[in-house]
Amino acid sequence: MIAEQLLFAFLAACAVTTAVLMVFQRNPVTSAISLIGNFFCLAALYLLLEAQLLAVLEIAVYAGAIMVLVVFVIMLLNVGDEVSLSFRPNLRMIAGGVLMVAFLLELLYLFTMAPGAGSIVVAAMRPSGLGTVESMGHALYSGFLFPLQITGLLLLIAVVGAVILAKRRLS
Amino acid sequence: MNLPITWNDVLALGPIAVVFGGTLLLVVLESIVRKASPLMFWVTVGVLAVAAGCALATIGVAGTAFGGTVLTGGYASYFALVFSAGALLVTLLSPAYLLKRATAFTEYYILLLAAVTGMMVMAASNDLVVFFLGLETMSVAFYVLAGFTRQSVTSNESAMKYFLLGAFATGFLLYGMALVYGTLGSTSIAMLRSSAAAHAGEPLFLVGLGLLLVGFVFKVAAVPFHMWVPDVYEGAPTMVSGLMSTGGKSAAFAAFLLVFGADVLQSAAPIREVMAVLAALSMIVGNILAISQTSVKRMLAYSSVAHAGYILTGVIAANADGANGVMFYLLAYTLMNVGAFGVLSILETASVENVRIDDLAGLSRTRPWLAGLMALFMFSLTGIPPFAGFFGKYYVFTGAIGAGYTWLAIVGVIMSVVSAYYYLRLVVVMYFQEGSPDQVGTATGIGLASLVLPAIALLALGLLPSTIVNLTMQCF
Repeated sequence: MIAEQLLFAFLAACAVTTAVLMVFQRNPVTSAISLIGNFFCLAALYLLLEAQLLAVLEIAVYAGAIMVLVVFVIMLLNVGDEVSLSFRPNLRMIAGGVLMVAFLLELLYLFTMAPGAGSIVVAAMRPSGLGTVESMGHALYSGFLFPLQITGLLLLIAVVGAVILAKRRLS
Repeated sequence: MNLPITWNDVLALGPIAVVFGGTLLLVVLESIVRKASPLMFWVTVGVLAVAAGCALATIGVAGTAFGGTVLTGGYASYFALVFSAGALLVTLLSPAYLLKRATAFTEYYILLLAAVTGMMVMAASNDLVVFFLGLETMSVAFYVLAGFTRQSVTSNESAMKYFLLGAFATGFLLYGMALVYGTLGSTSIAMLRSSAAAHAGEPLFLVGLGLLLVGFVFKVAAVPFHMWVPDVYEGAPTMVSGLMSTGGKSAAFAAFLLVFGADVLQSAAPIREVMAVLAALSMIVGNILAISQTSVKRMLAYSSVAHAGYILTGVIAANADGANGVMFYLLAYTLMNVGAFGVLSILETASVENVRIDDLAGLSRTRPWLAGLMALFMFSLTGIPPFAGFFGKYYVFTGAIGAGYTWLAIVGVIMSVVSAYYYLRLVVVMYFQEGSPDQVGTATGIGLASLVLPAIALLALGLLPSTIVNLTMQCF
């Protein structure tokens, strides 16, 4: 149990660090690499939750396919020129930063000190064998059949939309 | 979980199944028919008409399908009717407008039907996952439709702005869902409503609801998440703005009413207070900023923020009057706002992309029909009886007073009076100012017919509001 918690703390810290690095890196390529690190941390966290299939998919789809796309776009666009993008703090950014810190503190309070904070995690219990391919398949094709179909439509529309917006010449 | 899902579930979906199938049919047809063929347009019209008929036929029998994740009949069918009516009018007005913008691509109809499918799924969602997917289907279709006139810089800006801010709002919505799921252990909306009272004391549940609220307030375009509205509505193709401001808003409100139902609001008092403040701010900010606009589209955009405030009042009431009011209001608002955007789409030409209020001077003499219809829509938007807009406001404010939110109703009435200034100014400019609006476009037969239809419906609903209220009463 303690080992699990230690592992969780380590992975969570890694995930947050890589996420922050991804946003604050000036160079898009190092930014992308931080993102890959983030995906791996998340995959490991899924494993801790016994969601094996999700962990594999996270690596195959995100760290694999999507990251390749991101790196390709960076290469093709040659974003190197935008590294010098200036960053001057103004009143809006400061206000946003203050709000962000306030929100973080609020969440920290909620998860640790608020009355009833301990009972939170109990509700979202994990049924055994949740993460196997079989149980995912069962869920997708029974209780979540309708959402699955709508996801199909959503992807189809995204493809149609991408073609419309990106096609060189429309007739 | 072993749920027997059969064809009956698909049939029970009714209008959703029709538009879903229609979208797929259009994708296939698009690759077969010639590019200039009007077939795609007519199929879209047919699909929407069948969906409306289907919605009307199933409105009496409420139930669920697909293992309780989707609502069928009743509430879902009522909103399906609102969406298909609005989308039908938008479709009828679109071909002439798209020709003017030189973007008469048939993909437009695929995206339009997909957006309508998303709306219907949102109004029928009984599970947060279903709601989220419906919302995304609608939003993705709208992101693309907003940028449909690719050669126009403002259209590109509109799509980009809507996409970035919409994706950001989605993040809040998802985080809210995650926290709510964390406290309840279920994504079922029915369960969210029934167990809200038991969890109302848990801070995490309230924060989850608060984050959900941020997402909803963005999608219904209320203060303080209204910044995108004027730019997006101004830049997007006019008929797309027409659909976004009516169908998109109605769908968001339909889901809003499902998630933040009476049980949830009555137990989560802090959320309700926040909503009341946001509603008041929306009415005040929307109406006051609308006064100073010179572009008609921007004026309608700020007016849509104000209307989000009025409708929110009905949600906050959390009683039968309020809910009926919201449902009636959304139907009326769909008809009058599609009408107003429709008149604009006709008046715009290839050179005049953005009609200013001054451009309308003297319109009553050169285009008496269009001026008359626009005046009628403006009267209805103001909330002057006997048009349907009046009864929409009447019901939501009655609901608010019944729930003890008299101050909110008072703010609403005062702000309706303020709104009369800018709505009626348009009428004054059209009828009493000299001008030569010869540069503006003229209506085709089909365009004029699709404007007369909502005008007649608004008058009929205003004279006999009980026909619709009897329908909406059955939905609870």
